[in-house]
Amino acid sequence: MDIHEYQAKEILGRLGVPIPQGGLAYSPEQAAFHAREIGGDAWVVKAQIHSGGRGKAGGVALCRSEHEVREAAAGMFGKTLVTAQTGPQGKCVYRVYVEAATDIAQEMYLGFVLDRESERIMIVGSAEGGMSIEELAAEKPEALVRMIVDPAVGLAEFQSREFAFDLGLAPGQVAKMCTVLRACYRAYRDLDATMVEINPLVITGPGDLVALDAKMSFDTNALFRRPAVAELRDRSQEDPRESTAQDAGLNYVGLDGDIGCMINGAGLAMATMDMIKLAGGAPANFLDVGGGASPERIVRAFRTVLGDGNVSVMLVNIFAGINRCDWVAEGVVKAYREVDIKMPVVVRLAGTNVEEGQKILQASGLPIITADTLADAAQKAVAARQAA
Amino acid sequence: MAILIDETTRVIVQGISGRIGQFHSADMIRHGTNLVGGVTPGKGGETVLERPVFNTVREAVRETGAEASLVFVPPGFAADAIMEAADAGIRTAVCVTDGIPAQDMMKVKRFLRRYPSDRRMRLIGPNCAGIISPGKGFMGIMPPHIYMPGKVGIVGRSGTLGYEAASQMKALGIGVSTSVGIGGDPINGSSFRDILALFEADPETEAVMMIGEIGGPQEAQAATFVKEHMTKPVVAYVAGLSAPKGRKMGHAGAIISAFGESAQEKVVILEAAGITVAPNPSALGQTMAEVLARRAAA
Repeated sequence: MDIHEYQAKEILGRLGVPIPQGGLAYSPEQAAFHAREIGGDAWVVKAQIHSGGRGKAGGVALCRSEHEVREAAAGMFGKTLVTAQTGPQGKCVYRVYVEAATDIAQEMYLGFVLDRESERIMIVGSAEGGMSIEELAAEKPEALVRMIVDPAVGLAEFQSREFAFDLGLAPGQVAKMCTVLRACYRAYRDLDATMVEINPLVITGPGDLVALDAKMSFDTNALFRRPAVAELRDRSQEDPRESTAQDAGLNYVGLDGDIGCMINGAGLAMATMDMIKLAGGAPANFLDVGGGASPERIVRAFRTVLGDGNVSVMLVNIFAGINRCDWVAEGVVKAYREVDIKMPVVVRLAGTNVEEGQKILQASGLPIITADTLADAAQKAVAARQAA
Repeated sequence: MAILIDETTRVIVQGISGRIGQFHSADMIRHGTNLVGGVTPGKGGETVLERPVFNTVREAVRETGAEASLVFVPPGFAADAIMEAADAGIRTAVCVTDGIPAQDMMKVKRFLRRYPSDRRMRLIGPNCAGIISPGKGFMGIMPPHIYMPGKVGIVGRSGTLGYEAASQMKALGIGVSTSVGIGGDPINGSSFRDILALFEADPETEAVMMIGEIGGPQEAQAATFVKEHMTKPVVAYVAGLSAPKGRKMGHAGAIISAFGESAQEKVVILEAAGITVAPNPSALGQTMAEVLARRAAA
């Protein structure tokens, strides 16, 4: 789960990371008011969306007067920003953050991530910030400083010092960097984060460290014990298809194609999507209905997939272990009765109670296209789409 | 003897009293698994499926001589249950639970390393379908009837894609020695490399089917292991050729976040190690048949 920059800054600021003075606004007037309150003669207005790369998309403005702040904010509210990370549909701006402009001498990168190789927390830093970590890793791998932290021991003071010196910081800045590292580490560990990123972390003209931007993501599996984090969820930043699916307890990811997919198991779902692509089609979504899916759950999954207007054919592929093919078949029949299905539906069943399932489909008299194998199912779905 | 489980392995189920735990325990017994008891804190002294229930894993091990445990415990408590099994002397634990927090798994991995290697528990999963040695026994949630006993080992992250592989092979008359689901989480107990090493050492396994997916370093680590240490042929498939970068595909671990983590990149790495990669997920059985035929001819 992602949160906004201002929320991440609030968390990190509370733990000791220096952040510029700022305020959240829901209207241009509020934005101007915050600028007046902050004082000074330069401010930055930043669109709050769950994505990086806002600057290039017109989501960050440097302003020299209250009037400019108001105008910049007015231009951002309600606008859909398309960045390298949002996909073509973009993300809409409902909140802006106004903060005091910072006198920048140097930009650095700092990130905390889950390292799957060591199965520990990794801190990544670079004396050159501003770029994304992917760009940094691809273009200047030698400039990256890495450090592994074992959460059972915690971040040792010497590690922070070593990390700071490796970044080439002056002795006077090392202690400041240690404070920032400690704070980020605590935020990561204590709140079950999966990512903490400050990019850029800047050295100001007078030599102080300030977090100009901040991003945090959290482990959704741990939200049950982090209610304060769970409250930070902003549905306006989620794909509406995915939000509804999540509320229905379904694992759904929206994609750009037109073949709607309903599959059990994430691996089989990915494999089915691969087969669709090989057969010349494009999946509209990833959907794992999970284990022990009841007929009602299958109907819910149908509704979710068909909620995407681009879908022109539906492919159901179930290899039942913990699931039951007869329940899935009942669900498909029920979906026909309850949901207005105008498109071809291809169903492939295998595993537990497969004969019973096939009987139910046949007895229904519905125009269901049945398939025996994975390849057969993908080919029939692509063919049905072309015929439609 | 296949790997990890056979008809003699004494198995307990943690969470045996729950609805899901009971359902799958009954299935395990039906298919020959030597299920000797279960653990549900507070229900010690009761019986489930004519097996004794204990309050603690330690008690279960003492009374039944259990060597293996299947963990059917909800996500918030699963890490604790795994550590309890490790401390009680269980040799192999299989955890089916989906949704364990990543930091809990960091703790579990660290905890397991506290024991000397000869007493260290092997963890399979979490978020996996389990393990099965067809005709001998199983621990997990898979449909046992789709597996035919035989000489090919299967190791995969995904449960249902593992079923797909087993049934495609069965249709061609190829059986399975043991099938192991290592699970779809970013931090898991056993890696591809760990299981490949067991298959390499198992006299009843002649070849291995390895089913990977996008995300994480484990397929690349497996490729290195195969190149340097394996004499048995390995057929592989990597799911997620059509997955977009940066989007999580169901499994918490299935997300492309670094170089070498896309399906395309993994295929190149596996092929460079001499592994035969199936061209698509419906050619798993056929590719294995060809590899076995080539080996028989050689």
